[in-house]
Amino acid sequence: MAEVALKKVVKRYGDTEVVHGIDLDIAHNEFVVLVGPSGCGKSTTLRMIAGLEEISDGDIVIGDTVVNTLPPRRRNISMVFQNYALYPHMSVRENLGFSLKIAKRPEAEIARAVEDAAAILGLDALLERTPAELSGGQRQRVAMGRAIVRHPDVFLFDEPLSNLDAKLRTQMRVEIKKLHAKVQTTIVYVTHDQIEAMTLADRIVIMKDGHIVQVGTPLDVFERPVDTFVAGFIGSPPMNLIDGTIRDDTVVFGDGRSLPVPPDFAGRLENGHRVVFGFRADVLMPKGHALAESGTVHDIDLTIDLAEPLGSESMLFSSLAGKEIQARMHNPRAVRSGEVLTCELHLDKCHLFDAETTRSLRGDG
Amino acid sequence: MSTRTKNILTWIVTFVIMLIICLPGLWIILSAFRTNGEILTKPAIWIPQNLTLDNFRAIFGYGENVVGIPVASYFRNSLVISVTSTFVAVLIGMTGGYAFARYTFPGKAATFLWLMLSRTVPGIALSLPLFIIWSRMGIIDTQFGVILVYTAINVPFTIWLTEGFFRQVPRDLNEAAQIDGCTPWQAFWKIEFPLAKSGIASAGIFAFLTSWNEYALASQLTRSTDSKTLPVGLMDFTAQFTIDWAGMCAMAVIIIVPALILTFLVQKHLIAGLTFGGVKG
Ligand SMILES: Nc1ncnc2c1ncn2[C@@H]1O[C@H](COP(=O)(O)OP(=O)(O)O)[C@@H](O)[C@H]1O
Ligand SMILES: [Mg+2]
Repeated sequence: MAEVALKKVVKRYGDTEVVHGIDLDIAHNEFVVLVGPSGCGKSTTLRMIAGLEEISDGDIVIGDTVVNTLPPRRRNISMVFQNYALYPHMSVRENLGFSLKIAKRPEAEIARAVEDAAAILGLDALLERTPAELSGGQRQRVAMGRAIVRHPDVFLFDEPLSNLDAKLRTQMRVEIKKLHAKVQTTIVYVTHDQIEAMTLADRIVIMKDGHIVQVGTPLDVFERPVDTFVAGFIGSPPMNLIDGTIRDDTVVFGDGRSLPVPPDFAGRLENGHRVVFGFRADVLMPKGHALAESGTVHDIDLTIDLAEPLGSESMLFSSLAGKEIQARMHNPRAVRSGEVLTCELHLDKCHLFDAETTRSLRGDG
Repeated sequence: MSTRTKNILTWIVTFVIMLIICLPGLWIILSAFRTNGEILTKPAIWIPQNLTLDNFRAIFGYGENVVGIPVASYFRNSLVISVTSTFVAVLIGMTGGYAFARYTFPGKAATFLWLMLSRTVPGIALSLPLFIIWSRMGIIDTQFGVILVYTAINVPFTIWLTEGFFRQVPRDLNEAAQIDGCTPWQAFWKIEFPLAKSGIASAGIFAFLTSWNEYALASQLTRSTDSKTLPVGLMDFTAQFTIDWAGMCAMAVIIIVPALILTFLVQKHLIAGLTFGGVKG
């Protein structure tokens, strides 16, 4: 049983502050993913929770204990490192049992715990090998096994899948999700890969430059990004974002074309307000190739520059007001480049952001 | 060229090189079992006529012509001095090497450079200043005085060597061990030390051989059985007008044997090297 709380946590290296007073509450059993571009302070934050980095200011609470100055061994956490950090001079069995041996548990108990962990992760046949004799995926499994034998309060993962090839990564992602269901423990997971974040998380924490930008469920952050950064970071392909100006409940773009202000934002914005109009490829579809959807639909004619067939759908590349945009074509047919298609834009699913602050203009936050 | 001829060529070249390297040593060992007369005969006798153990018996005080050389004392001095200075140098080298590999501190690069530069001074250039300071301090002709010098000579080298080995041990392993419940001290002994063991063993061997074989400084700083080491003792075989080559060679063999044995014992650690794979390869 352990909640984790970060309260105004700051990290400085000398004079440079790399984590700027972040607040975060993680519930018991919750799977929280810290995601953000490289260098935004995810690992630093995770390492502060682990006790591998001192915190410069603020408090970290695990369970009922303020752990600010406790060394890692007193925090009852375990961690899976990006490069696995297996002990090369020990067998898989010794690697798995190491923490229990340090804790001076009886031999029989260690043996049982190791067998259990090995069974969960399918390592039974590998127990006598050394890490050098394992494949990347197997090492990854041992690293996770080493983390679970101890039944810690909190699991920490720092980009555990980034050294695996694409296929194995997808496979291990599923296994991690299953593992969480089995062991029922709080997990804090760091990744720079938004797909990993979306698929694994109960709640996603999006970080940028040492700040938390948004916290929410995967659907939350996908459907209601708080600013253009989140809009561009979460989802693939990234959200189409086009600069424009408000005039009489329309958004006028640089080339004179315009689109209606989406219903959620209508009637609240003054003329002359400079905004960014955002919509995902999924809500812009050629007529006749759209999914049946109700709501406010607006038609635009687009010159298609390029079509990328993906089988069950095609990605269409076009441009609007000088910006490249993408649309999605369901039940695709061949499209010539230069062809003009009338596309439906689902205005209910569109976003407006303030051009200056980059924040979403959605009234209800 | 066929693989076969290549193999044969390689073998011949290796043999010639090894012959050149080993010949002086072999000659010494051979001479240790011959009489002084036979060694000095002109023209030289290349193939020994009759081998004898007399030289060794003379050194250990048996037989007709006993050489009055206190080999046992020299051996004891050499052993005490080499073992102690090696032990201290490895201890300092290991902790120092670890610190250089793991921590940042002000003046780190300069300190490291300075340590390495100290190796560029030829040892013999230090002998006069050392002699003066040591005699003022009253540690001339003591084991302690020599131990101090040898430790100082060996420390930069042991630091440099172990630093390299500790740097190859990923920092993550120490952190993983701490998360697994280790104190920093336990993490060092249970994880990092075993992985750097071969480096530490190499450092130890080199430090020991340096101390065991050193002659120049010891010849200045020692003068009696209180501290004279085996290499210095070799000079006891030179009289005013004669040199007892046979005896000297026998003594040289006595010096070589323990060093050889030690090297063979530690060898497997030297070769063992690091078996990584615990972290992504
Ligand atoms: N030991 C350090 N000294 C100085 N700066 C550091 C140190 N470790 C990390 N940083 C800086 O802190 C920032 C966050 O790093 P990190 O948490 O590793 O980012 P990431 O989100 O990619 O895991 C980076 O800008 C990095 O340069
Ligand atoms: Mg990182």
